Amino acid sequence: MTTPSTPTPEEKTRKAQKAQKEQKAPPATPRTARSWLRDHSELGVCAVLLTLGVLVLTDALTMDVDITQRGPVGPKTVPVVVGAALLVVAVLLAVDVLRGGRGQAGAGEDVDLSEPADWRTVLLLSGVFLGSAVLIEPLGFPAAGALLFWGAAYTLGSRRVDRDPLIAAVLSLATYGLFDKLLGVPLPGGPLMGVL
Amino acid sequence: MNALNSLLDGFGTALTPLNLLWAAVGVLLGTAIGVLPGIGPAMAVALLLPVTYGLDPTGAFIMFAGIYYGAMFGGSTTSILLNTPGESAAVVAAMEGNPMAKSGRGAQALAAAAVGHFAGGMVGTLLLVALAPTVADLAVDIGAPDYFAIMVLAFIAVTSVLGSSRIRGLASLLIGLTIGLIGLDQMTGQQRLTFGSLHLADGVDVVIVAVGLFAIGEALWVAAHLRRRPPEAIPVGRPWLGRADLRRTWKSWARGPFIGFPFGAIPAGGAEIPTFLSYVTEKRLSKHKDEWGKGAIEGVAGPESAASASAAGTLVSMLTLGLPTTAVAAVMLAAFQQYGIQPGPLLFEREPDLVWGLIASLFVGMVLLLALNLPLAPLWAKLLRVPRPYLYAGIMFFAAVGAYAVGGEVVDLVMLLVIGLIGFGMRRYGLPVLPAVIGVILGPAAEQQLRRALQISDGGVTGLVNTPFSVTVYAVVVLLLAWPLLRRALPRRTATPAGAPEPSGESGPRTPSDRGA
Repeated sequence: MTTPSTPTPEEKTRKAQKAQKEQKAPPATPRTARSWLRDHSELGVCAVLLTLGVLVLTDALTMDVDITQRGPVGPKTVPVVVGAALLVVAVLLAVDVLRGGRGQAGAGEDVDLSEPADWRTVLLLSGVFLGSAVLIEPLGFPAAGALLFWGAAYTLGSRRVDRDPLIAAVLSLATYGLFDKLLGVPLPGGPLMGVL
Repeated sequence: MNALNSLLDGFGTALTPLNLLWAAVGVLLGTAIGVLPGIGPAMAVALLLPVTYGLDPTGAFIMFAGIYYGAMFGGSTTSILLNTPGESAAVVAAMEGNPMAKSGRGAQALAAAAVGHFAGGMVGTLLLVALAPTVADLAVDIGAPDYFAIMVLAFIAVTSVLGSSRIRGLASLLIGLTIGLIGLDQMTGQQRLTFGSLHLADGVDVVIVAVGLFAIGEALWVAAHLRRRPPEAIPVGRPWLGRADLRRTWKSWARGPFIGFPFGAIPAGGAEIPTFLSYVTEKRLSKHKDEWGKGAIEGVAGPESAASASAAGTLVSMLTLGLPTTAVAAVMLAAFQQYGIQPGPLLFEREPDLVWGLIASLFVGMVLLLALNLPLAPLWAKLLRVPRPYLYAGIMFFAAVGAYAVGGEVVDLVMLLVIGLIGFGMRRYGLPVLPAVIGVILGPAAEQQLRRALQISDGGVTGLVNTPFSVTVYAVVVLLLAWPLLRRALPRRTATPAGAPEPSGESGPRTPSDRGA
């Protein structure tokens, strides 16, 4: 309903769209085509929803339910409804985006939306997370957890080589002790705890 | 006076030394996590879920109640001292609270907020004691069609009342419903969306979805847009109130709960609308109109009291109907499910110790909150200066602990990251997160009720609308759906009537309970 109030680029895209709709021809240079795509990257959400809808529908329709079916509504019905709704919403969202509607990006205390997204940090952070996850079983929780904290803090820009690993180690060990010993939530200690 | 006796029994449970300890730990942890910038109550509760895994259900929920109230209180401290509230319920607190802090009256603003929370929480919890058993009694008779109607109402309300775009809310809800479909069908054991994976056959744990969307999604989103220079927190002393301030605020504290509580109880009511309504009311009634916008203390006291009461209202529908109306309630419902307890009308019969212990501990928690937080406020204010890399690294760390503690499986962590990336994308493109969480939690339950209702009516669709209750609820649903059209058709008026449909929407499903009382 409400769209972010950035008049000039918004207006521009709307005009560009209109022109595009009327002429049904791609914009003249590849540069504008790319910027059109960038302005309409939200269409990617529609694509995801569409794929999801097809996936849910295929899964539901290929279900073999003759024997297990109990009652008038079997396990197929709701997935079919959800899948169909996903397709409808994908189309409606695409229409909204093409008409110039934009989702409002999430705000927050530490979020600065005036600068473009820093994809490198997001990728690195995901990598650090995955890496630590894989290391939990061989190294044990205290070591892997410390690596996760230090790695994430480093990725986010903390460069205190003296302080960061220390904080990471203390936090991880304290959490391990708290959960495993005090709260009764088992976490793997790993070889390190075996030695201590 | 059955409720009163049960409540006394509840105090017997809540005041045992161990449970008192859990309540205190919950309040302290909740406030500490809630004060941290970027962490709202929902994320605080989701991150602290694993802490309660090792406890018995009663202890766990007593701690939980403390975390909830503590996190809400902590959130208002952040918005008063930083002026950049992360969650919408605290926006109003910043409007007057931050100017007060800037002009050196931060201590008074914090005190007004703290006492407001106490007053609102007390009145709200008393209303909860008075209303909840009645609602539960009435709801015991409601059947599958009624439950399904309530859940449809929750789905529609969460997508169309909150957020700025309905279609995006709906997209989010459908993503949640799809995640909820993964696993074995509860009634027939049919595999759905599992793609032959054994791990997926167990379904995706709700805790992982909640932590992934709220915590990992947020951490990744902030990482992509981290502010180079975090906002400066205003230093503050020990909160106190002078006599003149007290004279101005006591009425605001008293009014707030009656605005907040009803909104908390209705689906998707939450704390946003009542805090704003309370703000507007206080502004209209204030004798110091010239101070508004520059730091009027009533503008902190009233909305904070309303917010706290709305938290109690949330518990009414959560405990009696199993219906989460806010993000925090959604996470709490997930926690109940973790213990194999299904909140709903039968909860008061089956688990009286737990429910009344929980309610009694709300009172205990509020007293603790007031007693601890006034002296500790300067310490909390220091937490606002935590370096951001540590803060978000810590969020990732505790999210990983929580997800791993669910089942001790590394696959869960991978799942957590995938859901976190979905949460990241949702924040990027303005899809609200709450509908997805509600979809995951309520989706499977709604499907079961739907199928049960249709089984009784032998497939006839009329089986869904054969009770007065369900018809009333569907009428409200239609009203919510038609509201944008109606608003266009009606002559244009100012912003105030915009709040009008909500009370009418709220009176709909609640009429039976009023009649019964």
